[in-house]
Amino acid sequence: MSKTLFGMIQALQETISSQEAFLTELDGAIGDADHGINMNRGFEAVITKFTEEDTDIGASLKKLGMTLLSTVGGASGPLYGTAFMRAGAEAQGKETLTLEEAEVMLAAAIKGIQDRGKAVKGEKTMLDAMMPAQDALKQAVAEGLSVVEGLEKACAAANEGIEFTKTIRATKGRASYLGDRSIGHQDPGATSFTLMLETATKYLKA
Amino acid sequence: MVGIVIVSHSEQIAEGIKTLAGQMAGANQKIIAAGGMTDGSIGTDAIRISEAVAAADSGDGVLVLVDLGSAIISTETAFELIEPEVAARVVIADAPIVEGAISAAVQASIGATLAEVKAAAEMAKAMQKL
Ligand SMILES: Nc1ncnc2c1ncn2[C@@H]1O[C@H](COP(=O)(O)OP(=O)(O)OP(=O)(O)O)[C@@H](O)[C@H]1O
Ligand SMILES: [Mg+2]
Repeated sequence: MSKTLFGMIQALQETISSQEAFLTELDGAIGDADHGINMNRGFEAVITKFTEEDTDIGASLKKLGMTLLSTVGGASGPLYGTAFMRAGAEAQGKETLTLEEAEVMLAAAIKGIQDRGKAVKGEKTMLDAMMPAQDALKQAVAEGLSVVEGLEKACAAANEGIEFTKTIRATKGRASYLGDRSIGHQDPGATSFTLMLETATKYLKA
Repeated sequence: MVGIVIVSHSEQIAEGIKTLAGQMAGANQKIIAAGGMTDGSIGTDAIRISEAVAAADSGDGVLVLVDLGSAIISTETAFELIEPEVAARVVIADAPIVEGAISAAVQASIGATLAEVKAAAEMAKAMQKL
């Protein structure tokens, strides 16, 4: 099977759709029980806007981000929307990526989320999975690993990030209303990011 | 005249505040509701907000009243989507959305500047109800 950008976006949409209930349940414990619903609404809109003709990674991520901005509805909409758009800006005209380029794109995505949401590491958000993943990618680049090897390291780091979110209190977003009662639960956004990263990695590995 | 945009997760809340504030400010005051999603769901939509800001602007600036959480993040995202020239004269009020909108609309309708309209909205934060 040849791998295409469209195929990867389809894989992402399938993951979000199959994990909708799980993500919503996680958000039910510490938020307003809509993260899965929000993300699924977003990716259902995304999938209607893409075909195999979409091969420019930069332009496609920009389109994907713009679509999430207006269809997700929750905080994850403008945050992921900005993240995909900023990542796309680093990949203008590209049809393939090196691990190094992927790392630069993830760094730009993180910066976008921080510009928007003003969170830092340790506030129990998606950043707690994204930042360790980026660190792992950076290290993988330095070690000269392949794209798939590097992404696998990033997935492992993101999963550790999810575990870390269980141990901390939320100080940003809806979950911050719960104070200490947010401890013990994993962050929905950190989970959705990790699921997307794992899906992209599996797609490239298959 | 300074325009007003109401950003809420709920379309009905935004429309309701628009009606309520419009009653005090008169028909000439531009108040644009940007509540909910185009499919009727609860949430905030940066693109809908950017269109509302453009519609509210008549050259003197726009004050945006927001409810909570992603309303702020989506509004700031919207500022990046509009023309920089317009974005330079749009601000978010740190104010309760209902009382702030009423104070702002009344102030704007008498021809106050953007800074004055924003200050009026933010004063509502200290207003005692009892
Ligand atoms: N300021 C922030 N910075 C980074 N991530 C954030 C921030 N606020 C929320 N998040 C992430 O968003 C996730 C929640 O997304 P969701 O789609 O459920 O939005 P929401 O919180 O319900 O939005 P709303 O503010 O509209 O209620 C959280 O799990 C967290 O990872
Ligand atoms: Mg939520």
